[in-house]
Amino acid sequence: MTQDEVLDIAIIGAGPAGMTAALYGARANRSVAMFERIAPGGQLAQTEHLENFPGYTSSTSGFDLAMAMHEQASSFGAKTIGEEVLSIDFDQKPFELTTAFGRYRANSIIIASGARPAKLGLEMEEELTGHGVSFCATCDGNFFRNKDVVVVGGGNTAAADTIYLSRICRSVRLVHRRDKLRATAIYTQRLLDLKNVEIGWNTTVERLIADDGRLAELELRNVVSGETEFVKADALFEAVGTIPNTEFLNGALELSPSGHIVAGELGQTSIPGVFAAGDVRQKSLAQVVTATSDGAVCAEEAVAYLDGVGLV
Amino acid sequence: MSEIVSSNDFQAKVLDVPGKVLVDFFATWCGPCRMVAPVLDEIAAEKAGEVTVVKVDIDQSPDIATRYGVASVPTLIVFENGQPIRQTVGAQPKQNLLALLA
Repeated sequence: MTQDEVLDIAIIGAGPAGMTAALYGARANRSVAMFERIAPGGQLAQTEHLENFPGYTSSTSGFDLAMAMHEQASSFGAKTIGEEVLSIDFDQKPFELTTAFGRYRANSIIIASGARPAKLGLEMEEELTGHGVSFCATCDGNFFRNKDVVVVGGGNTAAADTIYLSRICRSVRLVHRRDKLRATAIYTQRLLDLKNVEIGWNTTVERLIADDGRLAELELRNVVSGETEFVKADALFEAVGTIPNTEFLNGALELSPSGHIVAGELGQTSIPGVFAAGDVRQKSLAQVVTATSDGAVCAEEAVAYLDGVGLV
Repeated sequence: MSEIVSSNDFQAKVLDVPGKVLVDFFATWCGPCRMVAPVLDEIAAEKAGEVTVVKVDIDQSPDIATRYGVASVPTLIVFENGQPIRQTVGAQPKQNLLALLA
């Protein structure tokens, strides 16, 4: 496409939500482009195995499913533009998008920019990322074969990471600030059955201790007793939730206190013609299956909006 | 695709190369590595003659990964005249990688 062209639907982000929106938009015969800051896939591309996408078995790799979604959307004519959207001017009609490398215009927008892993916010966390502190167990677990590692978090990601790492590492300690996991019940039993996994309940990570530029030890604190202890940790895998990628919106859309875009069942945001899908949107369950559902609904709503305002 | 270098040719293909060399320490099984690969190919094409982009498969050449303290993939290290000058961890947007090379 040329930069003079006006897109019917610009989709921000090519994760499961964006790729499904692109599929539905393209099949509705609209000009559709996904703007992606790195490459298609989103968080799905770093999921080892997907056990809860209906019809797919545990052997499905997240990366392969993401690539199949992208191929499918592309086959119906959806374009992918590998440029990060830095800002959107919602006061212009068509809307104007500024990316790291150019400017584009679109009559409707679907925000599907997803979420990124949250950090604990500890001292030295940045410097030690890549030197013992990790946000991707499936990427970095192999560096800690037969080592002693700690996972922090209590949701599905923390549970799945712990199970994955238990197959590689000598010991895995899962620390969680509460006395119960948020993770799906099936995980809890699996965790309890693992011989080399220990769960530290009511425990927080207070301090990272490095030796020669690499993580060596953690100071943990029991939030009930207030006691602290030092544990050897060759790696710390953080799985403490996510932060929605909404900074580029510069406050133009209504956000929830957690920073997620407020949008109803139909994905409609506070600006007509602008929709939100997937993990960036406020919702009770952030999963691949809900992201794809959002994407489909938003594409249909964007098409209805374009029809309604006469942009056929 | 950028050339994969091993322990045997790391000296010749990275350390002895004049100017900047961007080395992508990757693993075949790592999602973010596979995501950032096409971005690196684009940079290699656009910066041809100015920057060399090569890849090190950490499973094939664990010794090089260990030498540079790589404990996460992808780790991207910029070498200049044989010395590592900057590095970043994780898949990054193109403009960040261009800034790393500036």
